[in-house]
Amino acid sequence: MTDTSVIISSVQITELIDLVKKFHGFDFSGYTKASLKRRITRIMQLKKLSFYDLKHTLVNDPHFFQDFLEEITVNVTEMFRDPSFYKALNNQVVPYLSTYQHSKIWCAGCSTGEEAYSLAILMREAGLSQKSFIYGTDINTEVLKEARRGIYSLRNIKSYAENYQFTGLKGSISDNFTILYDAASIHNELKQNTLFSVHNLVSDGVFNEFQLISCRNVFIYFETDLQERILDLFYKSLCHLGYLCLGSKETIRSDAFKKKFKVINQKENIYQKIGA
Amino acid sequence: MGPDKNLLERWHDAEILLLGGSAGSFKLLFHIVKSLSPAINKTVIIVIHRKKNFFSEIEKLFAENSRMLLREVVDKDTLNKNTIYIAPANYHTLIEKDGTFGLDVSDAVWYSKPSIDVTFESAAEVYKERCIAILLSGANQDGAEGLLKLKQSGATTIAQHPEDAEMDEMPRAAINIGAAQYILHTDEIFNLLQTE
Repeated sequence: MTDTSVIISSVQITELIDLVKKFHGFDFSGYTKASLKRRITRIMQLKKLSFYDLKHTLVNDPHFFQDFLEEITVNVTEMFRDPSFYKALNNQVVPYLSTYQHSKIWCAGCSTGEEAYSLAILMREAGLSQKSFIYGTDINTEVLKEARRGIYSLRNIKSYAENYQFTGLKGSISDNFTILYDAASIHNELKQNTLFSVHNLVSDGVFNEFQLISCRNVFIYFETDLQERILDLFYKSLCHLGYLCLGSKETIRSDAFKKKFKVINQKENIYQKIGA
Repeated sequence: MGPDKNLLERWHDAEILLLGGSAGSFKLLFHIVKSLSPAINKTVIIVIHRKKNFFSEIEKLFAENSRMLLREVVDKDTLNKNTIYIAPANYHTLIEKDGTFGLDVSDAVWYSKPSIDVTFESAAEVYKERCIAILLSGANQDGAEGLLKLKQSGATTIAQHPEDAEMDEMPRAAINIGAAQYILHTDEIFNLLQTE
């Protein structure tokens, strides 16, 4: 049940964004406001804080910001979310990746790691485990800890298994983890091919050169100006003819970047870097 | 928009038509989509509950039978007149102040993603009295709270008559919390939507 008593204004949202930037160095000004407002309202309800209390706690309680960050960023993710995307990736992109000596993949905004491991599984199924490496990044250190741990609840795995069925990949998703009571632990073989580290898409720059960047359901939280800045970061981080994957309801809107990326799959939003 | 206005005037003045439905509303929504004419001069937003991995071809079926443009919402789409927008499965659909759609993959609300509450509340904040919303058949309570927010913001709110709804829990939930200004039978809903 939503608590109808919490109402905050757009002015207050701006005030909070300024405060967070000033005291914690995180810039949320380019985030979409409707979603941000919903998240902040939720934090106030969960923690039973008035707007004044929220500001006060953000400034004075050093541990609170981590909680705030976890709530303000959406960390809902799945393994093999949008199975048709993985199918397209496997059919249209993986054959090209296999021609490289080594493929570096960046899963940007990886949250608790489900998508990064999905990509690792995809590469393993393609026989490219030894020739690929996956970098998962997020702004949130707590979710990255979970990603490194690679332990997921068995209840979620059931729905991931359903997704996996629709990907057309061979084998079974359960080949990739060990079941311990009510949890599934990702095999070390897959973990060895991944590295999870902090990176803020808003403020951090290029850190490596990649053959594939997957940034799915992250752009939906960013306004178009910020999306464009991050497209530039991705463009600079991709090798010539490298691939960029966005979420299935996300798209490149900027004319400048439409010219720099060729559409490989319109429905699944898979692009390829072209030009110099 | 004052309370003295009658429903037809409210319908005529509204710029955004919101339709929410769940179990038992699919056929009805199909017929509504089929009946809508561009002459109503509104942006139509449909939120219907569905399962994430069932590519139910809703858009295709609806689009083939619609006289208006119809599309599934893509991130940052602009809300255009005479277009029917369908909230995509496995996302919440929000409306931004600049008149564009935003999407969100956060937790389901009432086990539903898309949630009708989320879209209705968001429309209430941005478009207020410029909205008219209809909550149709469904087997849970999603949409009731959102309809209440719309009513509080000055929008016109309608629930399908529970006797006519294949599943009456959803419209009943809205009526119980006083979110529905009008309770209309299915034929009355059609009559209203036909008015140009």
